[in-house]
Amino acid sequence: MLRALSLEPERCTGCLQCEMACSFENDGVFNPAKSRIKVFAFHEEGRFAPYTCTQCDEAWCMKACPVDAIVINAETGSKDVLDSVCVGCKVCTIACPFGTINYNSSTGKVIKCDLCGGDPHCAKACPTGAITYVDADSTGMERMRAWAQNRPEAGPNYITPVEKDIQTYQRP
Amino acid sequence: MAWAKKILRVNLSEGSVKSEPLNMEWAQQYLGQRGLASKYLVEEIDPKCDPLGPDNKLIFTTGPLTGTMASTGGRYSVVTKGPLTGAIACSNSGGYLGAELKMAGWDMIIFEGRSPEPVYLYISNDKAELMSADGIWGKSVWAADKIIRAKHQDPQIRIACVGRSAEAGCFYSAIINDLHRAAGRSGVGTVMASKNVKAVVCRGTQGVGNIKDPMAFMKATEEGKKVLRENAVTGAGLPQFGTQVLMNVINETGALPTRNMQEVQFKGASKISGEAMHEPRKSDGKPNLTTNAACFGCTIACGRISTIDKTHFSVENKPQYWGNSGGLEYEAAWALGAATGVDDLDALTYANFVCNEDGLDPITFGATVGAAMELYEKGAITKQDTGGIKFKFGKAEVLTKAVELVAAGEGFGKDLGLGSKRLCEKYGHPELSMSVKGQEFPAYDPRGIQGMGLAYATSNRGACHLRGYTVASEVLGIPEKTDPLVTEGKAGLVKAFQDATAAFDSAGICLFTSFAWSLDDVAPQIDAACEGGWSTEKLLELGERVWNMEKEFNLEAGFTKADDNLPPRLISEAAGSGPAEGKVNELDKMLPEYYAARGWDEQGVPTADTRQRLGLS
Amino acid sequence: MDHIVIGAGPAGVVAVEQLRKHDPNGGIVLIGDEPEPPYSRMAIPYYLVKRIDEAGTHLRKDPGHYGALGIEVLRDRVSSIDTANQEIMLDAGSSRRYDRLLIAAGASPITPPISGVDLPGVYNCWTLEDARSIIKLMEPGNSVVLVGAGFIGCIILEALAASGVKLTVVETENRMVPRMMNDVSGGMIKDWCSNKGVNVLTSTRVNAIEAAHPLLVRFDNGEEVAADLVITATGVAPNTAFLEGSGIDVDAGIVVNEFLETSVPNVYAAGDCARGKDFSTGGYSVQAIQPTAVEHGMLTARNMVHGHSQGNRGQVNMNVLDTLGLISSSFGMWMGVDGGDSVERIDRDRFRYVNLQFEDDRIVGASALGMTDHVGVLRGMIQSKTRLGDWKEKLQDDPTRVMEAYLANTQVLG
Repeated sequence: MLRALSLEPERCTGCLQCEMACSFENDGVFNPAKSRIKVFAFHEEGRFAPYTCTQCDEAWCMKACPVDAIVINAETGSKDVLDSVCVGCKVCTIACPFGTINYNSSTGKVIKCDLCGGDPHCAKACPTGAITYVDADSTGMERMRAWAQNRPEAGPNYITPVEKDIQTYQRP
Repeated sequence: MAWAKKILRVNLSEGSVKSEPLNMEWAQQYLGQRGLASKYLVEEIDPKCDPLGPDNKLIFTTGPLTGTMASTGGRYSVVTKGPLTGAIACSNSGGYLGAELKMAGWDMIIFEGRSPEPVYLYISNDKAELMSADGIWGKSVWAADKIIRAKHQDPQIRIACVGRSAEAGCFYSAIINDLHRAAGRSGVGTVMASKNVKAVVCRGTQGVGNIKDPMAFMKATEEGKKVLRENAVTGAGLPQFGTQVLMNVINETGALPTRNMQEVQFKGASKISGEAMHEPRKSDGKPNLTTNAACFGCTIACGRISTIDKTHFSVENKPQYWGNSGGLEYEAAWALGAATGVDDLDALTYANFVCNEDGLDPITFGATVGAAMELYEKGAITKQDTGGIKFKFGKAEVLTKAVELVAAGEGFGKDLGLGSKRLCEKYGHPELSMSVKGQEFPAYDPRGIQGMGLAYATSNRGACHLRGYTVASEVLGIPEKTDPLVTEGKAGLVKAFQDATAAFDSAGICLFTSFAWSLDDVAPQIDAACEGGWSTEKLLELGERVWNMEKEFNLEAGFTKADDNLPPRLISEAAGSGPAEGKVNELDKMLPEYYAARGWDEQGVPTADTRQRLGLS
Repeated sequence: MDHIVIGAGPAGVVAVEQLRKHDPNGGIVLIGDEPEPPYSRMAIPYYLVKRIDEAGTHLRKDPGHYGALGIEVLRDRVSSIDTANQEIMLDAGSSRRYDRLLIAAGASPITPPISGVDLPGVYNCWTLEDARSIIKLMEPGNSVVLVGAGFIGCIILEALAASGVKLTVVETENRMVPRMMNDVSGGMIKDWCSNKGVNVLTSTRVNAIEAAHPLLVRFDNGEEVAADLVITATGVAPNTAFLEGSGIDVDAGIVVNEFLETSVPNVYAAGDCARGKDFSTGGYSVQAIQPTAVEHGMLTARNMVHGHSQGNRGQVNMNVLDTLGLISSSFGMWMGVDGGDSVERIDRDRFRYVNLQFEDDRIVGASALGMTDHVGVLRGMIQSKTRLGDWKEKLQDDPTRVMEAYLANTQVLG
C-alpha cells in the first residue's frame, strides 16, 4: 500500500517546523526558503495551510520535462528529480498546475517533494498532526470535508500538540 | 556554531551600511540576543545619552537558536536605551522576522546616528540598503506593511515597522513585526522613529547552518519538544487559552490590579478572560478567538487570532477591522481591561488591534489610561484637558477613543503618550503613576504576590513581568510552589528567576518555554548548536553576568537605590479584598536580602568581588 | 494496428510511448531525420555551456528504451504521403503503410532575408549539429551577434554570455521576447541584460552581413559590429513542405480538429507543426512549446488507438525563460482580454514584475519577472478556470499571493 502526505490546514499553527525539517533533510541547513513544503498564511482568515506536491497521477512535471530528469520512485510512488539529469530549464515549474515544483537558483536545478524516500521529515517534525504520512486512500479532500462537517459550530479552533515518540533524523 | 557571525552596522547619519564580524569572544560570555546585544550597547553608548538623540543606538538582535528547529527558536530582541525609563531596554518579539534576519545571514543590526530623512532598511541576504520612506512615513504599521509588500513583490518578506504613534513621539511605542507581534515595552519603537527609521524589511534565503553537532542538536531539540508537549501549561493551557489562561486565576489569587491598582480584584475579569474568548457571541455565533497560532518554530502556539464583533460600536462601518488579527494576551487584556475597569471584550480587542496597527505597548497604554481615569475622577484633569472626554473608569468608549488618539498622536493622545509617570507629574500627582523607573506594572499586584514587588522594583528595564516571573512559583507552582503572601525566600527566588530569564533571553528562544523547561533542558540544545561547552552552570553564570551588566549601565545612567522602589500605593494602601486582603507589599524586607544575595552593597552597587567573579571589567 | 509517427521530438516520442500503452501489440515506427537519438532542443543551451554532454540532451536516457517498448526508430526523412493508400514515401526510396499516422514533424528556423546570411560563420541554433558548429566559435573574447531576441534567441543568450564572448543582441521590435512580455517587462529584461554587459539593440534591423575579419554586421541605424559568429534566431515555421499534394490542409501549420486529426482521416498532427486548439482563445494556432507538444503527443496517441474518445480542451500557451539569471514567465492571455481587469506591479530597481489578467473573476493570463516560487499555479488556475470570488480583489491588492488564492479556492481551509 502506497502512503501519501495528508495535509490538514485546520491543524496547522504556522510554526514552520516542517519547512525547517524539509530543508534540513535536503540541504543540511534550516532554510524555509528552500523547503519543498510551504505553509501559506491567511492572516485575515486566521488560517494556515501547509502545501506540497501530492505526487499526482498526471505527473505534469514529469511529462513536461524535456530531458527525462523526473522519474517515479518505485517504492514510494513519488516523482523524484534526478539532479544529475536536470538541466534547470524550468519547464516543469510552469507545467505543474499546483505550483509545487520550484526552481532553486542556488543549485540551478528544480526541487520538489520526494517524500524523503518514504520517511517524510515534515510529518515527523509537525507538532500538531497537520502533516501525517498515511495510507494513500485515506488522504485528501474527504478527510478535510469530514472535519469541516464535524467541526463544532461554536467555539474556536484551538490546536494542541499531539502525542508522538521522539523522532530521529538521519544525517543530511 | 549557530551564530551567523556577522553584524550589520547601519550608520544612519552617513547613510552607510557595512558588515562586520561578530565579536566571538563576547559571544562566549554573553551568548546572543539580550546578553550579547546589551554588551554591544554598554560598550558603544554613553549611558547618560539622550535616548531619543543620535548618540543612542538601536540594536536588533537574534540568538544562536533563532532560526533553528529548537522549539520557539524564532525570537529577536531590540536593545537600546529606553525613552520611557532612561534605563537599558530590551524588548523581545516573536513572529517570523527574527528568524528571517538570521536566514539572511545576520546575528544583529546596529543602528547608529540619525537619518536626515525618513528611511527604511531593506535586507536581502548579504545585501542591505537604506531606502526612502516616502509614502510610508506617516502611515500606520498595517498600511505601511501593505505598501512595502506592493513595492517589493515578495510574499515572503518579513517586516518590522513603527506606527504613527512613534513618529508623534509617544514614549511607549512598540516595534511591530508580522502585523501583530511586538517588541513592545520601554519605547523601543520611539527610538527607532527618532532615528527616522520606519521599518526593517528582510528576506533571507541562506538559512541557518553552522550547527556544531547537527545530530545531537536534532536529538536535544526533539527531547525539548517532548517536554513542552507533555507539560500541562505549554502542552494544553497555553494553546487553548494563551496567556489569558491567567485572567481568572490571578483574579482569584487577589492579585489582579484594578482601576489603577486601587483594587486587587476585578468583577469583570471573567468577561475578559481566556474562557470568555471561547464563548460564541450573540451577533454571529462566532467566538472572539478564531484559532491559536504559533510564532516561527514554536511548538506551543499560544498566539491568539481573534475577530471583533462586526456589530460592536468600535468597528461599525470600519471593515478594515473585521478580519482576523492578533488577539488579546493576558497582559494586554489586563491593562486595557482591569486597569481601566472596562469589561467589554470587543472594546479590548479593538484597542489591542489599534495598539498593533500603530505600534503601542498595550500595557503602558492601558495603565496610563487607568492613571488618567484616576486623575480625572480626582479632578486633577478635566474635560478641558481631555478634549471633552469624560475619563471615567469602566467606560469602553473612553478606552477606544483614547487608543485612537494615542495611535494618531492627536489631542489628549499626546498627553496619554507621555506614559503615566510623566502624565501624573504634569498634572501634579506623581504618586498615581503605577510604575517603576517610569515603566508601568503589568498584571500582577505585588500586594497579592509579594515576590513580584521585588521583581518589579529591581527589574533593569523598569516594572516588568518578563524579567523575573516569580508568578510561576508563587501562583502556578513552577518549579515549586511558594506562598505568594510571604516575603521569606523571595530575594533568592527573584534572583534565580532573573538570572535564568536572562539566559533564556540570550538564546533565541521564548521565555514561555520556561513553564516547562529549566536551564537543564535548554543547555543541551545550546551546547549541541554552539561551541563553548554550554552547561546549565555556564548559562546561569551568563544570566547573572548579563543582569549585573544591565544594572551597571543603569547606575552609570544615574539610577540609584531610590529607583529600586514601588509606588507608595503598593507599600501603604492595603489590598481590599481576596486572599491578600489587608496586605501591602513588603519590599523593605526583601530588598536588602536581595542586594546581599546578588553580592551588591547596601546601595545596590555590585561589589568588586562580584564584578570580578562575573568577569565584568 | 500499424502506427507511424513522423518526427522524433517530444511530441513524437511521447506519442509512441503512449501508443504502446494504449495498443500493446500494434506496430509503431518513429521516424526522425537527424542522426542523433531523439533529443531535446530545449537542452541545447545547457550543452553549449558544457553543463551536459550530448547524451544529456537525449529525451530518453536509456539507449534501449525504444527497443524495449517494441518501437522501431527509423532514421530517414519522409518525402511525401499518399493518404489515399495510407502510405508514406521515404527519402531512402522505400514506403511504409500505416493505419494511423501522426505528423509531429516540428518546425524549422526561418532564415531571415538578409544579404550574407549564408556566409560561413552564420548559423541558426536549432539542431545539435548547429550547436557543435557554434561551440567551436564560442571562444572567450570573440564577438558574437545574435539576431533575434525572441524566446529561442533568449534561451541561447545566457549560454553565449556565460561563455565570455562579446555579445550583441539585435531585435527588430522595441523589447526583448515581444511574444511573451509587454513593453514594460520586455524592456526590463533588456535593461537587465544590458547591465550584465550584453549589447542589446532593440527596434533595430540587420541590413547586411558581410565577409570581413571574418564578419561585419551592419544595422539599419548606421552602426556596425565586427563578429566572429552570427546566430540567427528570427522565428520558426512548421515543417509542412512534404505534405504538398497529400490532401492534408495546411494553413500556417497543419489544420487539425479538436481530436488533433487533420483534414484527412487517420492522419493526426501534434506539436510545433500543428495548429492545435488554444485553451485561452478557443481558436487554433501553433504554440510551439514543450508542454503543448507533450500534451498533443498524449492526446493523439489516445485518439489514434481508441477513436475520438477524448477531445482537446486546448493548451495554455506559456513560457519560462532565464536571461542571465532573471527569470520570466508568461501564461495564457498575458496581454489581456477585452473587457477584462488586470493588476500590474513594477519594481524596476529590483527587476520584479507581475501582471495578472482577469476575465470576470478568473485569471486568464499572467506574466512575471523574478517570480520563481509556485508559478505553475498560474497555469493551474487558468486551466481550471478557478473562480476567485473575493480573492480577485485580494489579488488586485497583492498579486503575488496567487498560491494563497488558489488554496483558498480549492482547499478546505477549516
